[in-house]
Amino acid sequence: MLPGLPRAAAWAAVTLAALIPVGLIWTSPYLAGRAPVYIAAGVAGATALAVLLVQPLLAGNYLPGLSAAAARRWHRRMGAVLCAAVIVHIGGLYLTSPPDTLDALMLVSPTPFSVYGVMAMWALVATVALVALRRLLPLRSTQWKVLHNLLAAVVVLGSIVHALLIEGTMETRSKWVLCIAIACVTGFAILHLRLVKSRAARR
Amino acid sequence: MNTPFYNRRSFLIAAGLGGLALATAPRGLIGAAWAQEGLSPTETMRGGSNNYRPNAPLVDSLGKGFEMSGTVRRAGDGAPLEGVRIQIWAATTRGGEREPSNHGSVLTRADGSYRLEMEQIVPNFGQPHAHLAYDDGAYRTVFLRPVMPSASDTSLTADFVLAPA
Repeated sequence: MLPGLPRAAAWAAVTLAALIPVGLIWTSPYLAGRAPVYIAAGVAGATALAVLLVQPLLAGNYLPGLSAAAARRWHRRMGAVLCAAVIVHIGGLYLTSPPDTLDALMLVSPTPFSVYGVMAMWALVATVALVALRRLLPLRSTQWKVLHNLLAAVVVLGSIVHALLIEGTMETRSKWVLCIAIACVTGFAILHLRLVKSRAARR
Repeated sequence: MNTPFYNRRSFLIAAGLGGLALATAPRGLIGAAWAQEGLSPTETMRGGSNNYRPNAPLVDSLGKGFEMSGTVRRAGDGAPLEGVRIQIWAATTRGGEREPSNHGSVLTRADGSYRLEMEQIVPNFGQPHAHLAYDDGAYRTVFLRPVMPSASDTSLTADFVLAPA
């Protein structure tokens, strides 16, 4: 990752930035009046957000001490975790309030942030299709990667706006730190992988 | 119970512009007809009927610490309406919007005002808000979903202007 930064510090920074916002949910005063399934939906949403921090780091193999193959493997595994978290998030919200959730999914909810969440969800669905159909799609490797990056950018942007606009159980400052970190690593990874690294590879 | 006004394309445009323009646009159009006669009727808000329970019982209070209040008037002449049943529900410290003890109805007084003390409203589905309904037949059904400016507010007002059914 950053040159000169000890390996442990890099891992600690990423782990703390990802897990502190999820952990601080348990200190929220709003938990008291919420049903377990609603709490689970919130925690799953925050977990999905946390996964978005590690995905670009794994994609570019920026975390120290991982082989390229291990980074790839973990990128795929964390992608599955992300999908599971989003399913629990939306499923839990549906069980908590079917009309509110259906309104959000049909883009008629009065809350603007839900539009961004639904946008991120469909970009994630498209990403799953892109990954599952990789061998069947008539795409060259570079084209596939550019598409994957574009969808990832939509997932990340949609999720960040969605999360920041929500007044919920997440603690505000740690949520902002996580979102800014996600925006930075995603932007860096896409620029680095698509421009710097691919140009170097062509030479 | 009326179906709330839904329009996907106009919603998307409104969301892109900041989301709030739509809530006032249709009201402005309908308001034009009522402008000659006086007070224009309150429009049902999108999502206002979510988790509604028909015939929620009349209650003295739904807890302590948060005051929900407002007035109910007739469209046109603005006359206060007495004895009109308003149903109120919200996610509070007691639980979500489907928690039965978060639902109750009150009747308006002679001056058209109503008031209900309840538990503190907490953010639900991303923002703190209340639900109110008029759904008794004599006038057109109205579902309101006012949003609170801050989650720490301890009161909220919502006014109804009802048009004949």
